[in-house]
Amino acid sequence: MITLDSVSKWYGKFQVLTDCTTAVNKGDVVVVCGPSGSGKSTLIKCINALEPFQKGSIFVDGTSVGRAKTDLPKLRSKVGMVFQHFELFPHLSIINNLTIAPIKVLKRSKDEAIENAMQLLDRVGLKSQAQKFPGQLSGGQQQRVAIARALTMDPIVMLFDEPTSALDPEMVSEVLDVMVELAQEGMTMMVVSHEMGFARKVADRVIFMDQGCIVEDTSKEEFFGSARSERAQQFLSKILSH
Amino acid sequence: MGDFDFDVIQRSLPYLWKGMQYTLTLTLTAMTGGIFFGTFLAMAKLSVISPLSIVASAYVNLMRSIPLVLVIFWFYFLVPLLLQGLTGATEPVPVGSDQTALISFTLFEIAFYCEIIRAGIQSIPQGQVSAGKAVGFTYAQLMFYIVLPQAFRNMIPLLLTQTIVLFQDTSLVYVISVTDFLGAAAKVAQRDSRLVEMYSFVAVIYFLISFTLSQIVRRLQLKISIATR
Ligand SMILES: Nc1ncnc2c1ncn2[C@@H]1O[C@H](COP(=O)(O)OP(=O)(O)OP(=O)(O)O)[C@@H](O)[C@H]1O
Ligand SMILES: [Mg+2]
Repeated sequence: MITLDSVSKWYGKFQVLTDCTTAVNKGDVVVVCGPSGSGKSTLIKCINALEPFQKGSIFVDGTSVGRAKTDLPKLRSKVGMVFQHFELFPHLSIINNLTIAPIKVLKRSKDEAIENAMQLLDRVGLKSQAQKFPGQLSGGQQQRVAIARALTMDPIVMLFDEPTSALDPEMVSEVLDVMVELAQEGMTMMVVSHEMGFARKVADRVIFMDQGCIVEDTSKEEFFGSARSERAQQFLSKILSH
Repeated sequence: MGDFDFDVIQRSLPYLWKGMQYTLTLTLTAMTGGIFFGTFLAMAKLSVISPLSIVASAYVNLMRSIPLVLVIFWFYFLVPLLLQGLTGATEPVPVGSDQTALISFTLFEIAFYCEIIRAGIQSIPQGQVSAGKAVGFTYAQLMFYIVLPQAFRNMIPLLLTQTIVLFQDTSLVYVISVTDFLGAAAKVAQRDSRLVEMYSFVAVIYFLISFTLSQIVRRLQLKISIATR
Protein backbone atom coordinates (compact mmCIF):
# COMPACT_ATOMS: atom_id res chain seq x y z
CA MET A 1 0.00 0.00 0.00
CA ILE A 2 2.74 2.44 1.04
CA THR A 3 6.40 1.88 0.35
CA LEU A 4 9.26 4.17 1.24
CA ASP A 5 12.63 3.53 -0.28
CA SER A 6 15.72 5.35 1.05
CA VAL A 7 13.86 8.57 1.62
CA SER A 8 16.11 11.47 2.61
CA LYS A 9 15.16 15.05 3.24
CA TRP A 10 17.06 18.19 4.09
CA TYR A 11 16.05 21.54 5.47
CA GLY A 12 18.86 23.57 3.97
CA LYS A 13 21.98 21.83 5.24
CA PHE A 14 20.16 20.08 8.07
CA GLN A 15 19.25 16.49 7.27
CA VAL A 16 15.86 15.66 8.79
CA LEU A 17 15.41 12.22 7.25
CA THR A 18 18.16 9.78 6.41
CA ASP A 19 17.54 6.78 4.16
CA CYS A 20 14.14 5.89 5.55
CA THR A 21 12.92 2.60 4.14
CA THR A 22 9.76 0.83 5.21
CA ALA A 23 6.41 -0.40 3.96
CA VAL A 24 2.86 -0.43 5.19
CA ASN A 25 0.70 -3.22 3.84
CA LYS A 26 -3.03 -3.21 3.42
CA GLY A 27 -4.72 -3.57 6.78
CA ASP A 28 -1.55 -2.91 8.74
CA VAL A 29 -1.48 -0.65 11.75
CA VAL A 30 1.97 0.82 12.16
CA VAL A 31 2.85 2.98 15.13
CA VAL A 32 5.74 5.41 14.75
CA CYS A 33 7.46 6.66 17.88
CA GLY A 34 10.69 8.33 18.84
CA PRO A 35 12.03 11.36 20.66
CA SER A 36 10.99 14.89 19.83
CA GLY A 37 12.65 16.21 16.70
CA SER A 38 13.46 12.76 15.35
CA GLY A 39 11.52 13.42 12.14
CA LYS A 40 8.28 11.50 12.75
CA SER A 41 5.99 14.29 11.59
CA THR A 42 8.22 15.03 8.64
CA LEU A 43 8.20 11.41 7.55
CA ILE A 44 4.43 11.10 7.71
CA LYS A 45 3.96 14.41 5.88
CA CYS A 46 6.19 13.22 3.06
CA ILE A 47 3.77 10.37 2.42
CA ASN A 48 0.98 12.66 1.25
CA ALA A 49 3.37 15.25 -0.13
CA LEU A 50 2.67 17.92 2.44
CA GLU A 51 6.47 18.04 2.63
CA PRO A 52 8.76 17.49 -0.34
CA PHE A 53 11.74 15.14 -0.06
CA GLN A 54 14.94 15.22 -2.05
CA LYS A 55 16.09 11.61 -2.31
CA GLY A 56 14.54 8.18 -2.54
CA SER A 57 11.00 7.29 -3.49
CA ILE A 58 7.59 6.91 -1.93
CA PHE A 59 4.76 4.96 -3.52
CA VAL A 60 1.18 5.16 -2.33
CA ASP A 61 -1.15 2.66 -3.93
CA GLY A 62 1.22 2.38 -6.87
CA THR A 63 1.54 6.13 -7.42
CA SER A 64 4.91 7.80 -7.02
CA VAL A 65 4.57 10.72 -4.60
CA GLY A 66 7.75 12.50 -5.61
CA ARG A 67 7.23 12.51 -9.36
CA ALA A 68 6.58 16.00 -10.70
CA LYS A 69 3.68 14.81 -12.84
CA THR A 70 1.74 13.16 -10.03
CA ASP A 71 -1.72 14.61 -9.43
CA LEU A 72 -1.19 15.44 -5.78
CA PRO A 73 -4.74 16.57 -4.93
CA LYS A 74 -6.04 13.26 -6.28
CA LEU A 75 -3.46 11.29 -4.33
CA ARG A 76 -4.16 13.19 -1.13
CA SER A 77 -7.90 12.68 -1.49
CA LYS A 78 -7.25 8.95 -1.03
CA VAL A 79 -5.06 9.43 2.04
CA GLY A 80 -6.79 10.52 5.23
CA MET A 81 -4.79 12.68 7.61
CA VAL A 82 -5.39 13.61 11.22
CA PHE A 83 -3.32 16.40 12.77
CA GLN A 84 -2.09 17.06 16.25
CA HIS A 85 -4.07 20.30 16.45
CA PHE A 86 -7.20 18.94 14.71
CA GLU A 87 -7.21 21.66 12.03
CA LEU A 88 -10.94 21.68 11.51
CA PHE A 89 -12.05 24.57 9.32
CA PRO A 90 -13.17 27.13 11.91
CA HIS A 91 -15.42 29.10 9.56
CA LEU A 92 -17.50 26.05 8.65
CA SER A 93 -20.02 24.17 10.77
CA ILE A 94 -19.20 20.58 11.69
CA ILE A 95 -21.43 19.18 8.99
CA ASN A 96 -19.87 21.48 6.39
CA ASN A 97 -16.41 20.47 7.57
CA LEU A 98 -17.41 16.92 6.69
CA THR A 99 -19.16 17.59 3.39
CA ILE A 100 -17.08 20.25 1.66
CA ALA A 101 -14.35 17.93 0.41
CA PRO A 102 -16.65 15.09 -0.73
CA ILE A 103 -18.77 17.62 -2.62
CA LYS A 104 -15.97 19.67 -4.14
CA VAL A 105 -13.31 17.02 -4.62
CA LEU A 106 -15.26 13.78 -5.10
CA LYS A 107 -18.18 15.60 -6.78
CA ARG A 108 -20.72 13.80 -4.64
CA SER A 109 -24.21 15.22 -4.42
CA LYS A 110 -24.99 17.32 -1.40
CA ASP A 111 -27.58 14.87 -0.10
CA GLU A 112 -25.26 11.93 -0.45
CA ALA A 113 -22.44 13.82 1.28
CA ILE A 114 -24.67 14.84 4.16
CA GLU A 115 -26.02 11.35 4.65
CA ASN A 116 -22.53 9.88 4.69
CA ALA A 117 -21.27 12.62 7.03
CA MET A 118 -24.11 12.03 9.49
CA GLN A 119 -23.33 8.33 9.55
CA LEU A 120 -19.70 9.04 10.32
CA LEU A 121 -20.59 11.60 12.98
CA ASP A 122 -22.85 9.01 14.54
CA ARG A 123 -19.99 6.56 14.50
CA VAL A 124 -17.74 8.92 16.46
CA GLY A 125 -20.64 9.76 18.77
CA LEU A 126 -21.15 13.36 17.68
CA LYS A 127 -24.28 13.32 15.57
CA SER A 128 -25.93 15.88 17.83
CA GLN A 129 -23.12 18.39 17.23
CA ALA A 130 -23.53 18.58 13.46
CA GLN A 131 -24.75 22.17 13.35
CA LYS A 132 -22.17 23.56 15.77
CA PHE A 133 -18.88 25.21 14.88
CA PRO A 134 -15.47 23.73 15.73
CA GLY A 135 -14.79 26.41 18.35
CA GLN A 136 -17.81 25.23 20.33
CA LEU A 137 -16.48 21.70 20.79
CA SER A 138 -13.94 20.30 23.24
CA GLY A 139 -10.56 19.16 21.99
CA GLY A 140 -11.52 15.50 22.13
CA GLN A 141 -14.71 16.16 20.21
CA GLN A 142 -12.84 18.19 17.61
CA GLN A 143 -10.36 15.42 17.07
CA ARG A 144 -13.13 12.88 16.64
CA VAL A 145 -14.72 15.19 14.08
CA ALA A 146 -11.34 15.46 12.35
CA ILE A 147 -11.16 11.67 12.11
CA ALA A 148 -14.69 11.59 10.71
CA ARG A 149 -13.75 14.30 8.20
CA ALA A 150 -10.85 12.23 6.94
CA LEU A 151 -13.12 9.18 6.67
CA THR A 152 -15.66 11.01 4.49
CA MET A 153 -13.22 10.65 1.62
CA ASP A 154 -13.19 6.84 1.90
CA PRO A 155 -9.41 6.85 2.30
CA ILE A 156 -7.35 3.77 1.52
CA VAL A 157 -5.02 4.64 4.38
CA MET A 158 -5.14 6.95 7.39
CA LEU A 159 -2.18 8.93 8.67
CA PHE A 160 -2.21 10.26 12.23
CA ASP A 161 0.31 12.75 13.57
CA GLU A 162 0.20 12.65 17.36
CA PRO A 163 -3.58 12.76 17.42
CA THR A 164 -3.85 12.80 21.21
CA SER A 165 -0.87 14.82 22.33
CA ALA A 166 -2.68 18.17 22.31
CA LEU A 167 -5.58 16.83 24.35
CA ASP A 168 -6.36 17.10 28.02
CA PRO A 169 -5.68 13.70 29.60
CA GLU A 170 -9.34 12.95 30.24
CA MET A 171 -10.10 13.27 26.54
CA VAL A 172 -7.39 11.01 25.22
CA SER A 173 -9.34 7.80 25.56
CA GLU A 174 -12.40 8.96 23.65
CA VAL A 175 -10.16 9.59 20.64
CA LEU A 176 -8.14 6.41 21.10
CA ASP A 177 -11.35 4.38 21.28
CA VAL A 178 -12.36 5.65 17.86
CA MET A 179 -8.91 4.81 16.50
CA VAL A 180 -8.94 1.32 18.00
CA GLU A 181 -12.31 0.66 16.44
CA LEU A 182 -11.01 1.86 13.10
CA ALA A 183 -7.98 -0.41 13.39
CA GLN A 184 -10.12 -3.39 14.29
CA GLU A 185 -12.28 -2.79 11.23
CA GLY A 186 -9.20 -3.31 9.11
CA MET A 187 -8.27 0.27 8.20
CA THR A 188 -4.66 0.68 7.09
CA MET A 189 -3.12 3.14 9.53
CA MET A 190 0.18 4.84 10.17
CA VAL A 191 0.11 6.50 13.56
CA VAL A 192 2.73 8.76 15.07
CA SER A 193 2.03 8.40 18.75
CA HIS A 194 3.54 7.81 22.12
CA GLU A 195 0.41 6.05 23.33
CA MET A 196 2.00 2.69 23.96
CA GLY A 197 -1.29 1.31 25.24
CA PHE A 198 -2.74 1.91 21.83
CA ALA A 199 0.30 0.35 20.18
CA ARG A 200 0.07 -2.76 22.36
CA LYS A 201 -3.60 -3.13 21.65
CA VAL A 202 -3.82 -2.77 17.88
CA ALA A 203 -0.42 -2.20 16.28
CA ASP A 204 0.99 -4.79 13.92
CA ARG A 205 4.35 -3.08 13.80
CA VAL A 206 6.24 -0.40 15.63
CA ILE A 207 8.75 1.93 14.00
CA PHE A 208 11.19 3.71 16.24
CA MET A 209 12.90 6.79 14.86
CA ASP A 210 15.89 8.71 16.10
CA GLN A 211 17.69 11.64 14.46
CA GLY A 212 15.96 11.14 11.14
CA CYS A 213 16.68 7.43 10.88
CA ILE A 214 14.38 4.48 11.25
CA VAL A 215 16.22 2.67 14.02
CA GLU A 216 13.70 -0.06 14.70
CA ASP A 217 11.04 -1.48 12.42
CA THR A 218 9.72 -4.62 14.07
CA SER A 219 6.60 -6.46 15.07
CA LYS A 220 4.87 -5.22 18.15
CA GLU A 221 5.76 -8.38 20.07
CA GLU A 222 9.40 -7.99 19.36
CA PHE A 223 9.40 -4.27 20.11
CA PHE A 224 7.81 -4.58 23.50
CA GLY A 225 9.71 -7.77 24.20
CA SER A 226 13.31 -6.87 23.61
CA ALA A 227 13.59 -3.70 21.58
CA ARG A 228 17.10 -4.04 20.30
CA SER A 229 18.70 -0.65 20.14
CA GLU A 230 19.82 0.96 23.33
CA ARG A 231 18.24 4.23 22.25
CA ALA A 232 14.84 2.57 21.91
CA GLN A 233 15.24 0.88 25.29
CA GLN A 234 15.95 4.21 26.92
CA PHE A 235 13.08 5.85 25.11
CA LEU A 236 10.65 3.12 26.09
CA SER A 237 11.62 3.18 29.74
CA LYS A 238 11.19 6.95 29.73
CA ILE A 239 7.73 7.06 28.25
CA LEU A 240 6.48 3.98 30.02
CA SER A 241 7.45 5.39 33.39
CA HIS A 242 5.13 8.34 32.83
CA MET B 1 -17.15 88.04 8.53
CA GLY B 2 -19.91 88.90 6.13
CA ASP B 3 -23.46 87.71 6.11
CA PHE B 4 -23.79 84.02 5.38
CA ASP B 5 -26.25 82.58 2.96
CA PHE B 6 -26.70 78.93 3.72
CA ASP B 7 -29.66 78.80 1.37
CA VAL B 8 -27.14 78.33 -1.39
CA ILE B 9 -26.77 74.75 -0.23
CA GLN B 10 -30.47 74.15 -0.41
CA ARG B 11 -30.62 75.61 -3.90
CA SER B 12 -27.77 73.59 -5.26
CA LEU B 13 -28.63 70.28 -3.59
CA PRO B 14 -29.59 68.43 -6.80
CA TYR B 15 -26.28 69.43 -8.38
CA LEU B 16 -24.32 68.49 -5.27
CA TRP B 17 -26.12 65.16 -5.13
CA LYS B 18 -24.98 64.44 -8.68
CA GLY B 19 -21.44 65.15 -7.56
CA MET B 20 -21.88 62.87 -4.57
CA GLN B 21 -23.17 60.13 -6.81
CA TYR B 22 -19.99 60.31 -8.83
CA THR B 23 -17.88 60.26 -5.66
CA LEU B 24 -19.71 57.18 -4.43
CA THR B 25 -19.46 55.47 -7.81
CA LEU B 26 -15.75 56.15 -7.92
CA THR B 27 -15.26 54.90 -4.37
CA LEU B 28 -17.27 51.73 -4.87
CA THR B 29 -15.72 50.97 -8.25
CA ALA B 30 -12.17 51.42 -7.00
CA MET B 31 -12.99 49.39 -3.89
CA THR B 32 -14.63 46.50 -5.74
CA GLY B 33 -11.97 46.44 -8.44
CA GLY B 34 -9.26 46.91 -5.85
CA ILE B 35 -10.40 44.01 -3.70
CA PHE B 36 -11.17 41.72 -6.63
CA PHE B 37 -7.94 42.24 -8.55
CA GLY B 38 -6.01 42.83 -5.34
CA THR B 39 -6.88 39.30 -4.27
CA PHE B 40 -5.38 37.85 -7.42
CA LEU B 41 -2.39 40.14 -7.19
CA ALA B 42 -1.83 39.05 -3.59
CA MET B 43 -1.92 35.40 -4.63
CA ALA B 44 0.51 36.19 -7.45
CA LYS B 45 2.79 37.93 -5.00
CA LEU B 46 2.77 34.94 -2.68
CA SER B 47 3.14 32.50 -5.55
CA VAL B 48 6.07 30.11 -5.67
CA ILE B 49 6.32 30.83 -9.39
CA SER B 50 8.94 33.53 -9.16
CA PRO B 51 8.29 35.54 -12.35
CA LEU B 52 4.68 35.97 -11.24
CA SER B 53 5.67 37.06 -7.79
CA ILE B 54 8.34 39.45 -9.08
CA VAL B 55 5.96 41.18 -11.48
CA ALA B 56 3.28 41.45 -8.80
CA SER B 57 5.73 42.88 -6.25
CA ALA B 58 7.05 45.36 -8.79
CA TYR B 59 3.55 46.59 -9.53
CA VAL B 60 2.69 47.00 -5.87
CA ASN B 61 5.95 48.78 -5.10
CA LEU B 62 5.54 51.12 -8.05
CA MET B 63 2.00 52.13 -7.16
CA ARG B 64 2.83 52.57 -3.52
CA SER B 65 5.83 54.75 -4.30
CA ILE B 66 4.24 57.36 -6.52
CA PRO B 67 1.60 59.89 -5.55
CA LEU B 68 -1.93 59.17 -6.68
CA VAL B 69 -2.11 62.54 -8.43
CA LEU B 70 0.68 61.43 -10.73
CA VAL B 71 -1.13 58.24 -11.63
CA ILE B 72 -4.17 60.30 -12.52
CA PHE B 73 -2.13 62.72 -14.63
CA TRP B 74 -0.27 59.92 -16.25
CA PHE B 75 -3.49 58.34 -17.36
CA TYR B 76 -5.04 61.56 -18.41
CA PHE B 77 -2.19 62.80 -20.58
CA LEU B 78 -0.28 59.72 -21.64
CA VAL B 79 -2.91 57.12 -22.30
CA PRO B 80 -4.46 59.14 -25.16
CA LEU B 81 -0.99 59.26 -26.73
CA LEU B 82 -0.50 55.58 -26.11
CA LEU B 83 -3.83 54.78 -27.72
CA GLN B 84 -2.88 56.97 -30.64
CA GLY B 85 0.29 54.99 -31.10
CA LEU B 86 -1.50 51.69 -30.75
CA THR B 87 -4.38 52.46 -33.07
CA GLY B 88 -2.37 54.54 -35.52
CA ALA B 89 -4.77 57.44 -35.20
CA THR B 90 -3.66 60.87 -36.36
CA GLU B 91 -4.52 62.54 -33.06
CA PRO B 92 -4.35 61.49 -29.42
CA VAL B 93 -7.42 59.39 -28.58
CA PRO B 94 -9.13 61.18 -25.72
CA VAL B 95 -10.23 59.15 -22.73
CA GLY B 96 -13.02 60.86 -20.82
CA SER B 97 -11.92 62.27 -17.50
CA ASP B 98 -14.60 60.28 -15.68
CA GLN B 99 -13.20 57.06 -17.11
CA THR B 100 -9.65 58.19 -16.48
CA ALA B 101 -10.49 58.69 -12.84
CA LEU B 102 -12.21 55.32 -12.52
CA ILE B 103 -9.35 53.44 -14.14
CA SER B 104 -6.49 55.22 -12.43
CA PHE B 105 -8.09 54.97 -9.00
CA THR B 106 -8.78 51.29 -9.45
CA LEU B 107 -5.23 50.60 -10.63
CA PHE B 108 -3.87 52.55 -7.70
CA GLU B 109 -6.11 50.99 -5.07
CA ILE B 110 -5.39 47.44 -6.28
CA ALA B 111 -1.88 47.82 -4.87
CA PHE B 112 -3.12 48.93 -1.47
CA TYR B 113 -5.85 46.35 -1.11
CA CYS B 114 -3.35 43.77 -2.34
CA GLU B 115 -1.07 44.42 0.61
CA ILE B 116 -3.92 44.09 3.10
CA ILE B 117 -5.09 40.87 1.49
CA ARG B 118 -1.58 39.45 1.31
CA ALA B 119 -1.15 39.98 5.04
CA GLY B 120 -4.57 38.44 5.60
CA ILE B 121 -3.68 35.34 3.61
CA GLN B 122 -0.39 35.01 5.44
CA SER B 123 -2.14 35.25 8.79
CA ILE B 124 -3.92 31.94 8.17
CA PRO B 125 -1.99 29.22 10.03
CA GLN B 126 0.00 26.71 8.00
CA GLY B 127 -2.01 23.94 9.64
CA GLN B 128 -5.14 25.09 7.86
CA VAL B 129 -3.32 25.03 4.54
CA SER B 130 -2.05 21.52 5.27
CA ALA B 131 -5.51 20.36 6.30
CA GLY B 132 -7.01 21.78 3.13
CA LYS B 133 -4.40 20.11 0.96
CA ALA B 134 -4.79 16.86 2.89
CA VAL B 135 -8.47 16.51 2.01
CA GLY B 136 -7.51 16.78 -1.65
CA PHE B 137 -8.21 20.40 -2.52
CA THR B 138 -6.43 21.93 -5.48
CA TYR B 139 -4.68 25.26 -4.93
CA ALA B 140 -7.72 27.18 -6.20
CA GLN B 141 -10.14 25.23 -4.01
CA LEU B 142 -7.87 25.63 -1.01
CA MET B 143 -7.79 29.39 -1.50
CA PHE B 144 -11.45 29.78 -2.30
CA TYR B 145 -13.00 27.53 0.34
CA ILE B 146 -10.51 27.62 3.18
CA VAL B 147 -7.95 30.41 3.14
CA LEU B 148 -9.77 33.42 1.68
CA PRO B 149 -12.99 33.10 3.69
CA GLN B 150 -10.99 33.06 6.92
CA ALA B 151 -8.62 35.76 5.72
CA PHE B 152 -11.43 38.09 4.64
CA ARG B 153 -13.23 37.67 7.91
CA ASN B 154 -10.12 38.92 9.69
CA MET B 155 -9.47 41.64 7.14
CA ILE B 156 -12.86 43.35 6.95
CA PRO B 157 -11.92 46.19 9.33
CA LEU B 158 -8.69 46.93 7.46
CA LEU B 159 -10.39 46.79 4.08
CA LEU B 160 -13.04 49.22 5.28
CA THR B 161 -10.44 51.55 6.72
CA GLN B 162 -8.70 51.57 3.36
CA THR B 163 -12.04 52.38 1.76
CA ILE B 164 -12.49 55.38 4.05
CA VAL B 165 -9.10 56.68 2.96
CA LEU B 166 -10.09 56.03 -0.64
CA PHE B 167 -13.37 57.88 -0.18
CA GLN B 168 -11.47 60.96 0.95
CA ASP B 169 -8.85 60.60 -1.77
CA THR B 170 -11.46 60.65 -4.50
CA SER B 171 -11.57 64.44 -4.08
CA LEU B 172 -8.22 64.48 -5.94
CA VAL B 173 -10.07 64.11 -9.22
CA TYR B 174 -10.41 67.87 -9.23
CA VAL B 175 -7.02 67.95 -10.95
CA ILE B 176 -8.62 66.65 -14.12
CA SER B 177 -11.78 68.70 -13.62
CA VAL B 178 -14.11 65.84 -12.82
CA THR B 179 -17.22 67.01 -11.03
CA ASP B 180 -17.29 64.90 -7.94
CA PHE B 181 -18.90 66.04 -4.70
CA LEU B 182 -16.10 68.46 -3.89
CA GLY B 183 -15.89 69.55 -7.52
CA ALA B 184 -19.61 70.32 -7.64
CA ALA B 185 -19.43 72.26 -4.41
CA ALA B 186 -16.38 74.20 -5.64
CA LYS B 187 -18.17 75.22 -8.81
CA VAL B 188 -21.21 76.46 -6.91
CA ALA B 189 -18.93 78.25 -4.46
CA GLN B 190 -17.17 80.09 -7.28
CA ARG B 191 -20.31 80.90 -9.18
CA ASP B 192 -22.21 82.30 -6.20
CA SER B 193 -19.19 83.53 -4.27
CA ARG B 194 -20.19 81.41 -1.30
CA LEU B 195 -16.86 79.80 -0.48
CA VAL B 196 -17.22 79.60 3.29
CA GLU B 197 -20.69 78.10 3.19
CA MET B 198 -19.94 75.53 0.55
CA TYR B 199 -16.59 74.37 1.87
CA SER B 200 -17.99 74.10 5.40
CA PHE B 201 -20.86 72.02 4.11
CA VAL B 202 -18.51 69.75 2.17
CA ALA B 203 -16.29 69.29 5.20
CA VAL B 204 -19.25 68.36 7.40
CA ILE B 205 -20.52 65.80 4.89
CA TYR B 206 -17.09 64.19 4.42
CA PHE B 207 -16.68 64.11 8.16
CA LEU B 208 -20.08 62.56 8.81
CA ILE B 209 -19.60 59.80 6.27
CA SER B 210 -16.03 58.98 7.22
CA PHE B 211 -16.74 59.14 10.93
CA THR B 212 -19.78 56.88 10.65
CA LEU B 213 -17.79 54.36 8.65
CA SER B 214 -14.92 54.37 11.10
CA GLN B 215 -17.35 53.78 13.97
CA ILE B 216 -18.68 50.78 12.09
CA VAL B 217 -15.12 49.54 11.66
CA ARG B 218 -14.55 49.83 15.39
CA ARG B 219 -17.67 47.81 16.17
CA LEU B 220 -16.67 45.15 13.66
CA GLN B 221 -13.20 44.93 15.09
CA LEU B 222 -14.63 44.35 18.53
CA LYS B 223 -17.02 41.71 17.24
CA ILE B 224 -14.29 39.86 15.39
CA SER B 225 -11.94 39.91 18.34
CA ILE B 226 -14.67 38.41 20.51
CA ALA B 227 -15.59 35.79 17.93
CA THR B 228 -12.03 34.61 17.46
CA ARG B 229 -11.18 34.49 21.12
N1 LIG C 1 10.25 23.92 8.33
C1 LIG C 1 11.35 23.49 8.93
N2 LIG C 1 12.54 24.10 8.72
C2 LIG C 1 13.66 23.68 9.33
N3 LIG C 1 13.71 22.66 10.18
C3 LIG C 1 12.57 22.01 10.46
C4 LIG C 1 11.33 22.38 9.85
N4 LIG C 1 10.37 21.56 10.30
C5 LIG C 1 10.98 20.71 11.16
N5 LIG C 1 12.29 20.96 11.25
C6 LIG C 1 13.27 20.21 12.05
O1 LIG C 1 13.22 18.90 11.60
C7 LIG C 1 13.39 18.01 12.68
C8 LIG C 1 12.29 16.97 12.66
O2 LIG C 1 11.05 17.61 12.89
P1 LIG C 1 9.71 16.79 13.10
O3 LIG C 1 8.65 17.77 13.35
O4 LIG C 1 9.54 15.86 11.96
O5 LIG C 1 10.02 15.96 14.42
P2 LIG C 1 9.05 15.07 15.27
O6 LIG C 1 9.70 13.78 15.41
O7 LIG C 1 7.68 15.09 14.70
O8 LIG C 1 9.06 15.79 16.66
P3 LIG C 1 7.89 16.07 17.70
O9 LIG C 1 7.77 14.85 18.55
O10 LIG C 1 8.37 17.24 18.49
O11 LIG C 1 6.65 16.37 16.93
C9 LIG C 1 13.41 18.85 13.95
O12 LIG C 1 14.74 18.97 14.35
C10 LIG C 1 12.88 20.17 13.51
O13 LIG C 1 13.50 21.21 14.23
MG1 LIG D 1 5.84 15.92 15.32
